[in-house]
Amino acid sequence: MNRLDREQMAARVARDIPEGAYVNLGIGLPTTVANFLPADREIFLQSENGLLGMGPAPAKGDEDPELINAGKQPVTLLAGGCYFHHGDSFAMMRGGHLDICVLGAFQVSERGDLANWHTGAADAIPAVGGAMDLAIGAKQVFVMMELLNKSGDSKLVAECTYPLTGLRCVSRVYTDLAVFDLGPDGAGIIEMVDGLSLETLRKLTGLALRDGRASACIPE
Amino acid sequence: MIDKSAATPQAAVADVFDGARIMIGGFGTAGMPDQLIDALIAHGAKDLTIINNNAGNGETGLAALLKARRVRKIVCSFPRQTDSHHFDTLYRAGEIELELVPQGNLAARIQAAGAGLGAIFTPTGYGTLLADGKETREIAGRHYVLEYPLHADFALIKAHRGDRWGNLVYRKTARNFGPIMAMAAKCTIAQVGEIVPLGALDPEAVITPGIFVQRVVATGDARRAAA
Repeated sequence: MNRLDREQMAARVARDIPEGAYVNLGIGLPTTVANFLPADREIFLQSENGLLGMGPAPAKGDEDPELINAGKQPVTLLAGGCYFHHGDSFAMMRGGHLDICVLGAFQVSERGDLANWHTGAADAIPAVGGAMDLAIGAKQVFVMMELLNKSGDSKLVAECTYPLTGLRCVSRVYTDLAVFDLGPDGAGIIEMVDGLSLETLRKLTGLALRDGRASACIPE
Repeated sequence: MIDKSAATPQAAVADVFDGARIMIGGFGTAGMPDQLIDALIAHGAKDLTIINNNAGNGETGLAALLKARRVRKIVCSFPRQTDSHHFDTLYRAGEIELELVPQGNLAARIQAAGAGLGAIFTPTGYGTLLADGKETREIAGRHYVLEYPLHADFALIKAHRGDRWGNLVYRKTARNFGPIMAMAAKCTIAQVGEIVPLGALDPEAVITPGIFVQRVVATGDARRAAA
């Protein structure tokens, strides 16, 4: 089966981030989306620890331990960027000022419930960070994840079994096999990789999956 | 003459008492007041409740305070990290209590304390485990969770420069929780790279007005101060 690798997934997400958007990229896989934003588009990257206008990683030797991103990696500030405290930062996140945030997930339900902070395992040490604020605060929440987990189970599900991060908050899911739009009517497919059929995708996910592709009027 | 400067970090933390609730600034190690924490470890206060974003990184600062077993409870948003082994060990042994708070709620509860609010309704965490048992309310069609302010006896923060009246400016992302913690504690102690004369800080650029700061201690961190 064709599938997008992680770089191709990041590039696919980057395509949907428009000029002028204020964007928060979550820790891990979503952070790599920054590498694929076209240079001719001005996009404002926000980092929850207190910067707007975040630039790429510094050259080796230029790292500043007081200029880091949410993943605590050294970053740079673009000309025009600025710093602020955590109250202001989370007002941006919770107050609906961010256009898009991109998050990873353990599971997403077809109606947009998100589970990405805790496996619920008894011996796991829980950590939540800013995930719950981003989930409910950004105008659009994109999730970026592989569709299947290591055991081959779909992470896009009818109902999440992991503890929730936010209810009905995810609008779009980018995976290695397909891109889904989520809403009150469930999940719809916007696009999928070459060679994959809607039926296969329905079987993999166990979901009805509306056909929301541009060519959806053409019968299969 | 009002002079809030303390001679040493040890003098600055001398009245911290056993069982105190202490906010410690920093996001990871950026903005962590390492010299005040070292002084607190040397001072010996125990049974502390610590409010911080994390639960220590590596071997220094908050991690060292945890390792010294001075902390009874930690209130934080993101304890589990690759280098949080001292917290992990205490937590798994049941020797430290954890109150896990979504990061924005942590900030908002600290701000509520500083601003004198009795409580806040926040949308963050609604419908999740972290809102279990908490009062909720629907306001204009949206669901909110009732959360209470986080007060502290002391706040230990790090700033870039300060003056003898306690005005502070910060440096880059080391600012993080400093300004809001300074407002929420009864006694705020700021570790600064240098103490400058009154008037040397541009009043338009002061981030924390001196009213929120009780003590300032210069650490002579020349490299940072020069940057």
